Amino acid sequence: MALPGQGMRVGLFATCINDLMFPQTVRATVDLLRRLGCQVEFPPAQTCCGQMMTNTGYFKAALGSVRSFVKAFDKYDAVVAASGSCVASVRHQHTMLAGRVGSAKLEEQARRSAAKTYDITEFLVDVLGVVDVGAFFPHRVTYHPSCHSTRLALIGERPYQLLRAVAGIDLLDLPEAEQCCGFGGTFSVKNPDLSVALASAKAANVMATGAEYLVAPDNACLMNIGGILSRGRAGVKPIHLVEILAQTEVAAA
Amino acid sequence: MNPRIGPDQPAVPTGSAKPAPALPFPAAARRELANPQLRANLRKATSTIQAKRALRQAETPDWQELRSAAAAIKDRTLRHLDHYLLQAEAALIEAGAQVHWAATADEANAIVTTLVKRTGADEVVKVKSMATQEIDLNEALAKAGIAAWETDLAELIVQLGHDTPSHILVPAIHRNRAEVREIFLAEMRLNGAPAPPDLTNDPQELAAAARVHLREKFLRAKVGISGGNFLVAETGTLVIVESEGNGRMCLTLPQTLISVVGIEKLVPTFQDLEVFMRLLPRSSTGERMNPYTSMWTGVTPGDGPQEVHVVLIDAGRGKALAEPTARPMLRCIRCSACMNACPVYQKVGGHAYGSVYPGPIGIVLTPQLRGFGAAQTRSLPFACTLCAACADVCPVKIPLPDLIVHQRNKAARHKQREPRPHLETLAIAGAGWAFRRGWHLGLVGRLTSLAGRLAGSRTAIGPLPWPASAWTRARDLPVPARRTFRQWWKKQQS
Ligand code: SF4
Repeated sequence: MALPGQGMRVGLFATCINDLMFPQTVRATVDLLRRLGCQVEFPPAQTCCGQMMTNTGYFKAALGSVRSFVKAFDKYDAVVAASGSCVASVRHQHTMLAGRVGSAKLEEQARRSAAKTYDITEFLVDVLGVVDVGAFFPHRVTYHPSCHSTRLALIGERPYQLLRAVAGIDLLDLPEAEQCCGFGGTFSVKNPDLSVALASAKAANVMATGAEYLVAPDNACLMNIGGILSRGRAGVKPIHLVEILAQTEVAAA
Repeated sequence: MNPRIGPDQPAVPTGSAKPAPALPFPAAARRELANPQLRANLRKATSTIQAKRALRQAETPDWQELRSAAAAIKDRTLRHLDHYLLQAEAALIEAGAQVHWAATADEANAIVTTLVKRTGADEVVKVKSMATQEIDLNEALAKAGIAAWETDLAELIVQLGHDTPSHILVPAIHRNRAEVREIFLAEMRLNGAPAPPDLTNDPQELAAAARVHLREKFLRAKVGISGGNFLVAETGTLVIVESEGNGRMCLTLPQTLISVVGIEKLVPTFQDLEVFMRLLPRSSTGERMNPYTSMWTGVTPGDGPQEVHVVLIDAGRGKALAEPTARPMLRCIRCSACMNACPVYQKVGGHAYGSVYPGPIGIVLTPQLRGFGAAQTRSLPFACTLCAACADVCPVKIPLPDLIVHQRNKAARHKQREPRPHLETLAIAGAGWAFRRGWHLGLVGRLTSLAGRLAGSRTAIGPLPWPASAWTRARDLPVPARRTFRQWWKKQQS
């Protein structure tokens, strides 16, 4: 039987924070996509989505990211990232940024690349049409629906569908799940007291579930909530959704 | 007798006192976070209202269509605002009202003061209104020797407490019952009918005391002052939506009625109101219908106020209209749903924002109206995690996160023009370089992976000195990867 990703050439968008801080997430994305038959490539011209600059108000400084993005991914059928936040930035901010400098060409390129950029959950469910990716993860987990993934990239129920199909998993409901974890990019350092207050409330809800793992579709949130959990020696481990999906019974054995 | 006239009487509390100059948001938020009473009240109130609002949305099958319709009506009105304003003026005059135009807050205050003085009155009763708070009308009237009595229960608590509102809809959300009782006992007798000496914390008793205190003022007042939720251009009809009935008193009992209305409050036709009358109460208080809706069209001979004035204010709205990235703010119907949904607002409440408009709409509207000159207004657009919960609930579909990012852009441009280099502008310049080319980022990755290897077997970084302390004071930081993904990939390929 042909694999769902057979013949697809996928441009892997690592995203800057995953590249430097969480490479295991990107490697898991590679493993998972290859397992499903995709041909995965990492074009080295890529950098980041630019939202750190854009969302702090520095539109011009973000343009380098837009240019490198459209250049790096021009030739791919699809661009996949394991971050709803970066995907949302590519979709909603790149054309705006290009428009602001009055470059019609860049705007058009940005529109084209935005249209084929997917969060890994969307790529799996919508493009490859798979929900059961053959993963095995015999642990208690609770899922935090990251704000940008949910409300801007609109990945919706897909993470729950994917997680429920994982063999051996025990998925626990997170109270006040939709509440923001307080990361907010530069918000976390511009308003640290508030950011910590929100992250602490989230961490308390996570601990109340009794989960061994906190799973999210975005490492930025995991870094924030995980920072509180780690400081408090809570013992709950943060893990990116795709790292669970990449685990198989063979790998676990 | 008017009790405030004695020489030893204190000044009338204006109810929107601006004590010290407002602190920039991070410092103000820290101050508010330290108030456990506020946090508990806010949490309870915002979660209750949010749940009710969600219920109303869920039971309204055409909710999304209603939102789209409301946004479209407001956008059309704003696109042709010049036309609708003139139409409204003509309809108002036809109905016997007098129309005044005010370009600035000062002009509006001067017009209202003159109008009140002309009646010979030295006091007015007020319906809760954002526009008059925005322009500091109470302070302007006080300067002219005119007492402005707030008649909404929560506004009364705020006014008597020499305080400022902490929520658009629930202005005294930061007070508990015991505090309200103390304020009533101490202040009511200084400003009119006293509270009964045996007053308890019982909400019924507190409301009864307020009723007695206010009734005296309603029956005595010659001038009423209101804002307006909507102004229908085709008929010149003003609409006030409220819960307590105090507004109805102010709108019907005095001889003279002055309404201060922002130019963005227009809707073209009476039929357009239908959409907003379904959205506003559901979004605001989570009710299907608010208890009191008052509509009046100019003067009705022998019934209600015989002198009706409408003061139309610009006060920065025209400028917002001209900016494509600010214009959608003018759709706002001040329902406060965005505040209740905002994680930041839920933690700190309205006072942290130093403005009558707090929460998501406040952090875009306040700098828009006041400008980016002060550090305080510049800090406001950053009082947000960009979680977008506000955009999901806004009944007129204002793309609040986008507007917030655009206001941040204005704040950043302001910062960059300053001669002193900021840590932030330097950091952004560095990031801009790192992300311009793939190999730049590769170089940065070599440095971070070196740092990761130097960290040895540690997996988390504890407290660090400034500026990293902002993150690490209460949170650990993961150690950078010993081998970046880029390095791993390169190795794989070779
Ligand atoms: S911005 Fe939207 S949600 Fe917020 S007060 Fe205005 S209308 Fe309501």
